[in-house]
Amino acid sequence: MRLTRRHALLSATAFAASAFLPRGAFAQATPKRGGVLTAHLGSEQRILNPALRASTGVYLITSKIMEALVDLDASGNPAPVLAVSWDAAPDGKTVTFKLREGVSWHDGKPFTSADVQYTAMEMWKKHLNYGTQLQQFLEAVDTPDAHTAVFRYARPMPLNLLLRALCDLGYIAPRHVFEGTNILENPANTAPIGTGPFKFVQYERGQFIIAERNPTYWRKDFPYLERIVWRVITDKSAVAAALETGQIQLSSYNGLSLSDLDRLKSDKRFEVSTRGIEANAFNNTLEFNTRRKELSDVRVRRAIAHAVDVDFFIENFLYGQAKPATGPIPSSSPAFYPAGKPPYPFDKKKAQALLDEAGYKPGPDGTRFSLKLVPIMNGEDVPLLATFIQQSLGEIGIKVEIVQLDVAGALTTVYRDWNFDLATGWHQYRGDPAVSTTVWYRSGSPKGSPWTNQFGWQSDKVDQLIDQAASEIDPVKRKALYADWVSVVNEEIPVWMITERQFFAATNKQVQNHHNVPRWDSSDWHDTWIASS
Amino acid sequence: MRVLYLALRRLAASLPTLFVVLAGLFLLLQLAPGDTVDALVAQMGGGDAVMIEELRRFYGLDVSVPVQLGRYVWRLLQLDLGYSAIYGKPVSTVILERLPATLLLMGSALSFAFAGGMALGVVAARKVNRWPDTLISTLGLIFYATPSFWFGLMGIVIFAVNLGWLPAGGLEEIGAGHSGLRRLVDIGWHLLLPTLTLALIFLATYLRIMRASMLEVLNLDFVRTARAKGLSPGRVVRRHVMRNALLPMVTLVGLQAGTMLGGSIVVESVFALPGLGRLAYESVVQRDLNTLLGIVFVSALLVIAVNFIVDLLYARLDPRIVT
Repeated sequence: MRLTRRHALLSATAFAASAFLPRGAFAQATPKRGGVLTAHLGSEQRILNPALRASTGVYLITSKIMEALVDLDASGNPAPVLAVSWDAAPDGKTVTFKLREGVSWHDGKPFTSADVQYTAMEMWKKHLNYGTQLQQFLEAVDTPDAHTAVFRYARPMPLNLLLRALCDLGYIAPRHVFEGTNILENPANTAPIGTGPFKFVQYERGQFIIAERNPTYWRKDFPYLERIVWRVITDKSAVAAALETGQIQLSSYNGLSLSDLDRLKSDKRFEVSTRGIEANAFNNTLEFNTRRKELSDVRVRRAIAHAVDVDFFIENFLYGQAKPATGPIPSSSPAFYPAGKPPYPFDKKKAQALLDEAGYKPGPDGTRFSLKLVPIMNGEDVPLLATFIQQSLGEIGIKVEIVQLDVAGALTTVYRDWNFDLATGWHQYRGDPAVSTTVWYRSGSPKGSPWTNQFGWQSDKVDQLIDQAASEIDPVKRKALYADWVSVVNEEIPVWMITERQFFAATNKQVQNHHNVPRWDSSDWHDTWIASS
Repeated sequence: MRVLYLALRRLAASLPTLFVVLAGLFLLLQLAPGDTVDALVAQMGGGDAVMIEELRRFYGLDVSVPVQLGRYVWRLLQLDLGYSAIYGKPVSTVILERLPATLLLMGSALSFAFAGGMALGVVAARKVNRWPDTLISTLGLIFYATPSFWFGLMGIVIFAVNLGWLPAGGLEEIGAGHSGLRRLVDIGWHLLLPTLTLALIFLATYLRIMRASMLEVLNLDFVRTARAKGLSPGRVVRRHVMRNALLPMVTLVGLQAGTMLGGSIVVESVFALPGLGRLAYESVVQRDLNTLLGIVFVSALLVIAVNFIVDLLYARLDPRIVT
């Protein structure tokens, strides 16, 4: 286990380093006002409204313009933003938020509990991806006064789950702009109006987005920056050039290719790290279609996992920017991570023995059976992993045919048509297993919902654990339930979480106070400033 | 008047083709797995079934394919290109926003390739089998064989990253607020590298065609006559040889106008330019049918227009050809 130890040491160092670099450690110099921060935007966004679309591409821009009820602080705990305090009833069915007073929208109207009520009921519950799931038992939001919002749930809602989820799924939109219009067609979806430190100025499609300082921001004397520009650059190699020539000062969420990230690590002008993006972890996955006879046998699924040398893949294809996963909950989520080892270490002999035991002996040409693998290419490493799996399985006598499709095509093929044997892509963990992780294992997701259990696999025990954990309000019991759940799904592997990874950002060192909170790229940048070179 | 009449006749003749192309493309895209909602959900990183159904209704995808096609054709007959799913604006607006950048890039690259190719081709033909010819032909071959994205990236690495002479990408300096001549210079400055990148490959083709047709014409009888009556070699080449050798070149411009639109996807991506090529690529990836069909429509119109101009040019270059 040489690599595991190396990784453990590396991540321990990183952790220790981050512990000694609290918010403000880089701000020894006096912050300078003014200046323009130019950030990279990798893909054009259809709408700029985080109350309707939960995705990092949307947050990267809109979190500076609109604000959520809460956000994560430097140590990863929910901290007040538009909500100043919160309180849950003992039965877990009511959560009361006290809202910030004296906050106004960019168009001058005051922010009140009516905005929270409207956004929660009309946007989060009806349209927001993952929000509809999170708020499915939300019955009403009461507004006893202009600065109190009471969320009433039909089932107990764990306060920690709600607060963590609301950092991403808790952005507030102005009621007076949206009410009485068709929400999806409202012009404010592409010209957002918020309460944040920056005001939207212009979106030139295919080129750039500009936001400028909000002089009446509620945090006195903030923000420091005069203006933020997001440049649309779709070609990954061109992004590196733009960084090096100073056209952009920041590219996050793996906007650069893995090789450029590796190269720029040794460039003194930039900081390339996962610091400040800890809240977003992801895995390379291998999904099994258990409707297929061979794959319905857990021994075959285990054999496949044993046949892939994950350490080799990480070292040679991912430039070491990952570690083998120990299950669906990543180690960067201490509130839920149950610890453990990667459940299926590389062992070709064991893989072959398992296949023999399952009754799939090699034929005269050495082939046991053939499988169709659909890569879901939302990352540059996905096709590489697909090829690596193809070769690895070839060595234990499973012939793999790779079906090349673009993302939309692959998603439909796997999640709507179920026309696959194996699929590989990314799973994204969003702070709490209940947000977007347990849906990969819970049965009963309607056909066609991407990144959910469409694998023909069902376990009463797993369903029960998931449901219980989702409404358990005691954090300790909740963590224990998830630990049980992880051990069961690791045994059964309907989906194999292969690697555990974090996004990298490359930031020009001129940028000060950057990545000082766990979801910095999706935070408000109110204290960010630019040092003169 | 005659020209106008010709133009209208040409357009009328291409209308049925255009219609078949658009309807065919519509049906072809139905064969691609996934629709614009799948693409959107992929970009968002997930969503549940209720929301997905809601979005399908919003984009008009909840009805059967024949109904969708019928709606599309009906709109097209009213000269309405529909609504873009990615941009939430009418397709015509989206395309008009992107058209200037594409036309600018395409126009300058095509002119540069044509002029450069012609000049180099003439030099190569006059010094045939001597060192200038060998040098030019070898360079032409290298340009032709190198993929344009590589040229683009190498250009960026050398001239933008290492030397810092030219910008690494973009159409103009963002938020600089230039106007008038200053802005024009700025845009020209940004377009220098992309134009060269796009032009080099085409230049290689023009150069080879020009060289070959020059050599062919140089051996014809009337050239010998021209020489015999005592014209200077320069005058022979300019007045007699080049004019005849240009015909295949002009044909090629007409043919390549369409290719240039497609070929600029790569250049537009590498240099982050807001052109039609990248828009088309994004429309395919995002399954934005209306936008894609709109782009095909506009490109087809462009190609028809360019070919019409080429036909007119023919007539001027060679009086034997009657339009």
